[in-house]
Amino acid sequence: MRLLKLVPDDTNIDFLKWRKLASAMSFILVAISIALVAVKGLNLGVDFVGGQSVRVEFPQAMPPIDEIREKVSHIGLGEPTIQQFGSDKAVSIRTALPEGDKTVADRAGKQLVAGIRKAFPTAHTGSVETVSGKVSGELISTGALSLALAMLGISIYIWIRFEWQFGVGALGRLFHEVALTFGFFAVTQLQFDLNSIAALLTIVGYSLNDTIVVYDRVRENLKKYRKMEIVPLLNLSINETLSRTVMTSVSVMLALAMLLIFGPDVIFGFTAAMLFGVFVGTYSSILMSTPVLVWLKVGPHSFVPRTSAASEGAERVQRKDDGAVV
Amino acid sequence: MLDFPRWKTIGISIILLLGILFAIPSFLPSKTFDKLPGIAQIKVNLGLDLAGGSHLLLEADIDDLQKTQLANMEKTVRAAMRGERGPDDDIAIGELSTAGGKISFLVRDQAQLDAARERLFSETQGAGLTGQRDWTIEVVDTTRIVMTPTAAGQKQAIAGAMDTAREIIDKRVNALGTREPTIIRQGDDRIVVQVPGLQDPQQLKDLIGKTARLEFRMVDPNADPNEAAAGRAPVGSEIVPYAEGASAGAPFEVLRRQVMISGEQLLDAKQGYDGQSGQPVVNIRFDSGGSATFAKVTAQNVGKRFAMVLDGKVLSAPNINEPILGGSAQISGSFTVASANNLAISLRSGALPVKMTVVEERTVTPELGADSIRKGIIAGIVATVAVLTLMVLVYGRFGIYANVALFFNIFLIIAIMAAFNATLTLPGIAGFVLTVGAAVDANVLINERIREELKRGRRVFQAVELGYSEASRAIFDANVTNVIAALLMFWFGSGPIKGFAVVLTIGIATSVFTAVTVTRLFAARWLHKTRPTTINI
Repeated sequence: MRLLKLVPDDTNIDFLKWRKLASAMSFILVAISIALVAVKGLNLGVDFVGGQSVRVEFPQAMPPIDEIREKVSHIGLGEPTIQQFGSDKAVSIRTALPEGDKTVADRAGKQLVAGIRKAFPTAHTGSVETVSGKVSGELISTGALSLALAMLGISIYIWIRFEWQFGVGALGRLFHEVALTFGFFAVTQLQFDLNSIAALLTIVGYSLNDTIVVYDRVRENLKKYRKMEIVPLLNLSINETLSRTVMTSVSVMLALAMLLIFGPDVIFGFTAAMLFGVFVGTYSSILMSTPVLVWLKVGPHSFVPRTSAASEGAERVQRKDDGAVV
Repeated sequence: MLDFPRWKTIGISIILLLGILFAIPSFLPSKTFDKLPGIAQIKVNLGLDLAGGSHLLLEADIDDLQKTQLANMEKTVRAAMRGERGPDDDIAIGELSTAGGKISFLVRDQAQLDAARERLFSETQGAGLTGQRDWTIEVVDTTRIVMTPTAAGQKQAIAGAMDTAREIIDKRVNALGTREPTIIRQGDDRIVVQVPGLQDPQQLKDLIGKTARLEFRMVDPNADPNEAAAGRAPVGSEIVPYAEGASAGAPFEVLRRQVMISGEQLLDAKQGYDGQSGQPVVNIRFDSGGSATFAKVTAQNVGKRFAMVLDGKVLSAPNINEPILGGSAQISGSFTVASANNLAISLRSGALPVKMTVVEERTVTPELGADSIRKGIIAGIVATVAVLTLMVLVYGRFGIYANVALFFNIFLIIAIMAAFNATLTLPGIAGFVLTVGAAVDANVLINERIREELKRGRRVFQAVELGYSEASRAIFDANVTNVIAALLMFWFGSGPIKGFAVVLTIGIATSVFTAVTVTRLFAARWLHKTRPTTINI
């Protein structure tokens, strides 16, 4: 049986040639993302702004959105945000947190559910969420904190395992991916809630997974080919790991795409964000993770033998050089 | 790397077998599951978003608690100054005020100041480990005593109130007859209540939100209705409003401040029906002390009225036609069967020491949960099949090894979750699907490395061996970063996200075992058996 090759053997693409263009592109994309978040804003869910959100399911065809909006706004909780799910039988109706003490969130939730049941007697409330202003404030800060800690923690781990330049490269990439995913939420206006934070953390973890594979190969090659210039060496490392990067990304994206198509609509936004993040992560691990190493002047001297692990590497250089094809 | 001593092979096989055994109960329908012997009844829990149910976060009203404490201390002060040995023992006080959260009063006879201080000191208690008391007692302007609650004392009071509140809420929720509720304290002033399988949480919320402080007090017969309407009550009495819909006449009653009997003296409370009107009522029974007091007070006050007050609202104010002996009474009001039942439960479980407010609620109906499970499983199967196919197409025999390892991985994740009684949530299902996609990553790394080594001209054995050894470093580092992200999710995330983090963490750990160790065992056995000179990878 002839096996499928997603990437042809022995690619020798000069990825680093495009490093200035790719970096410029990334800067522009990050800037656009930040601008989008600033201008369009995020569609924040009740987790982060407080308020109440009810999932309403209609047994038959759904009434027009405008009719729902009209009827719900008469309940007296202000203009609702209505979001349609994948199917045409369920919507999420969200109203803002009314002013007042902490008991208002609970009372307003009760009022909204009762109002919806009265306006649409055949409809069925699948889920109800009410979050008070104090709790949503706490969720914002813990969400932001966990994201920041994840980015920092992972970068520090890479700094310890590799060298500081690699840590900087990792942090830069993480910032890039997180910024772009925020941009994705701003463009699509998918609801940004606690699940989105989980999606971001997954993207952070996954994106680093890719970076590490590339960096690990760079480290190996730096020890192996001590005389090689840094740019060709990075190109070699990316090309050597290219088929793995593509294969893993394809399999993860395949799995996520199936979840997006067949999975429950409740986690549609969560899955879509992860799919987007993995896609961005793939191109950025090919184009974005290494240029920073050139600028920060990584070279064979970065891994001067000083530990037993390094001398083990040196021994491998001898053993392998005969068989290696450059 | 490719040598597996017999004990290692057996060890790996036992782990895989255990994985399958532990995972099986989770796949069984609940009827079959219930028939299993107790030791085999280990199963993955379903989170509220899959099983359906309510998650409520309750927050104590600390201001209310402090007000109650202040009021209690005021009573204690008055009682202490009255003295135990008759009127000669009294210490005359005046200008008592509770403004600003402090108790302040004048001691009329300066000679009694030290005695007053001593009596008060014996009423305060130690708080914390520093030898602090729960109240400080100061003398201001030589005649005035000021008592201020200390921070340590308040902290202790809050902690105590929260423990009691948790126990009471536990009793109330269990009385509803729901299965496996979870009630835990969170932080200083919060309680999390999780009740699976609930269709409508309103009854639950009504039940746990009620303080249920029941008091029996006498109606002040001397109150002037006109004065009362203007908001003025005689000394020692106060105006108490009626509960909604409970009064046919005036919207309030003027009641004596003194409490005749309180809810703590109840022995039992049950929902029942009024013999004449057929209206739902709550029948209560007092303990012996309560019965005696009730009999004595009603005997002394025939012809007068008393009031049943719940959470500061009058439920009813019946006339005492004859002394009520035997220690039982009937609480009537404008009850429905459900609300009478709720009140009975609340009274049985005791009064909440502090008012609790729902600050977060997440409810999912069982239908939506079941729908999520169904769609999640379908998506999981389709995703797995797609990834499996891709692996075989790309890596042939080694792809099949990876696929078998993936199956073991799925079983192992479920087995570990079941063994630790972990909870599967909807994002957890997404975590599963993601794990399926990412678990093959280790095999991709290994197989790509084998390809590379073969291209460099190495012989099959050596190539496979190097493939595993060289790839494992990257596999390790890459997985540590994922664990860092997952641990942070676990620490900071709420319920569903915790479920995602759990699946991700377990999945990472098991996938390293299955994708590296198990596939290596397969590869080694095949290589030793057939001794191929070329492999198709």
